[in-house]
Amino acid sequence: MSVIIFTELDNGAIKKSSLEAVFYGAELAKLQGTTATVLAIGESSEAELAKAGNFGATKVLHANDARLAVSNIQAYASVLTEAVNADGADTVILAKSSLGDAVAARVAAKLKASIVSNVTALPNLSNGFVVTRSIYTGKAFASVLMKSDKKIIAIKKNAVSPVETDALAKVEVFSPALSDADFGVKLVATHKASSTISLPEADLVVSAGRGLKGPENWGIVEDLANALGAATACSKPVSDLDWRPHHEHVGQTGIKVSPNLYIAAGISGAIQHLAGVNSSKVIVVINKDPEAPFFKAADYGIVGDVFDILPRLTKAVLAAK
Amino acid sequence: MKILVCVTSVPDTTAKISFTDGDTKFNKAGVTYITGPYDDYALSRAVELKEQHGGTVTVLNVGEADAEPVIRKCLAIGADDAIRVNCEATDSYFVATQIANIAAQEKYDLILMGRESIDFNSGVVHGLVAELLGIPSLSPVMKLDIEGSTAKITREIEGGKENLEASLPLVLGCQEPIAEWKIPNMRGIMTARTKPLKVIEPVGEGLTSTDKYELPAPKGACKMILAENAEELITLLKTEAKVL
Repeated sequence: MSVIIFTELDNGAIKKSSLEAVFYGAELAKLQGTTATVLAIGESSEAELAKAGNFGATKVLHANDARLAVSNIQAYASVLTEAVNADGADTVILAKSSLGDAVAARVAAKLKASIVSNVTALPNLSNGFVVTRSIYTGKAFASVLMKSDKKIIAIKKNAVSPVETDALAKVEVFSPALSDADFGVKLVATHKASSTISLPEADLVVSAGRGLKGPENWGIVEDLANALGAATACSKPVSDLDWRPHHEHVGQTGIKVSPNLYIAAGISGAIQHLAGVNSSKVIVVINKDPEAPFFKAADYGIVGDVFDILPRLTKAVLAAK
Repeated sequence: MKILVCVTSVPDTTAKISFTDGDTKFNKAGVTYITGPYDDYALSRAVELKEQHGGTVTVLNVGEADAEPVIRKCLAIGADDAIRVNCEATDSYFVATQIANIAAQEKYDLILMGRESIDFNSGVVHGLVAELLGIPSLSPVMKLDIEGSTAKITREIEGGKENLEASLPLVLGCQEPIAEWKIPNMRGIMTARTKPLKVIEPVGEGLTSTDKYELPAPKGACKMILAENAEELITLLKTEAKVL
């Protein structure tokens, strides 16, 4: 009855969000008196994958068939299902993402497993298997009893705070049987912003709204983000106006983020925007309007002109380095 | 082309969220219900595809009787008929089972829904339905065109998007800007009243139960920093908030 963690690779290394899932899975395994096994699909090295042990995994199953080099929802779901069966796992853990959610859903159907998403903490096992999840786009939480033998948990960023050790995991090659039926969807092209920090993974986010007055002014937002090592984001009107791409739009109908620090410049803080950021640990609001509703949801606030404040903050960050 | 659009009836995005009965039930008092915003995109694109290629659009809601105003609005926007599975939609697997059960009999070319419901935000029902039917699913879909029996799709991924092609039938979770939201006109509202709405009972049971709800701890007061001392923020983020 092991715990298996579905991880995603980025240039051969396990993604940060997936490492959080590994730690979550390992902590759950400890509670259940069992072990945590990682499934990694795609190209990587033994040395790289063994690092999953730093986060508590004892074993890594590495599926590295050439047909799996490009992520494929159906094929990955089949591989994960085979790994669950091979390892005798009862619980699957993964980090929420565009790939992870899709794979997890299919595996839930294959295994008739209960599936709960946006889980924010380790389960309570004192009376059944109960997880806490965020609902209403972060405006509330629910305690959910998972009743089936097989369970799938998709965790939200910051569900756990990983503690690393020097332990290494044993890496085993995993060769699942692949079915042609899983390769029906054809990937034609991928358009990805290069060299930027992935917004859902980012610990620090600098976001800006219509207060920036136009896309040509985004340099001061990017400068602060670069100085901090932060991802950039924007409000819905900014994405609707095409000042910034849709994948930067944070809010009720955009990306939901839960970074350690969310800096909002020139965003008034409509309830739909707050829904996308309300699980951030610390929120900083910079706005020239002292009545902006965002200040009510903020930890730190500055009433001032973003064109004056942002460059000064960038300087202060660089000076403190 | 035969299209099924699954819709949710959810609290308006500005609704105040609260709970009753010792935090075991959502408090519906004073809450306005709307079609899930993502579902609205799915429905709008379905109506456009019907206009281009012919066929039918059926709306499906897994929910209680109080969802019917939302279903009628979908009919007013251009769906031909509707089905409501009479139950409370709380468990993803249970909801997906109801949809797959109907779809297995009706053989739709496309099953569209929002990328997620805005009440429970799971975003897994499309994947569950597709696997139960043994067909592909993709989400979140920003662009969808049909050429013959092939769907050309743009899907958002972290930090960008990808273009994909797949043969019908498909299950898709939709989001903006797949279509402009449609507003029902007077003729639509009149005809919606007489369009068929079939109510059926659910099959099977859920694999989870939600026992208790809670609201987040209230946020403490916002610490204001004078604009002339803006640089102090960086020090506070390091030493006090400890996030840098």
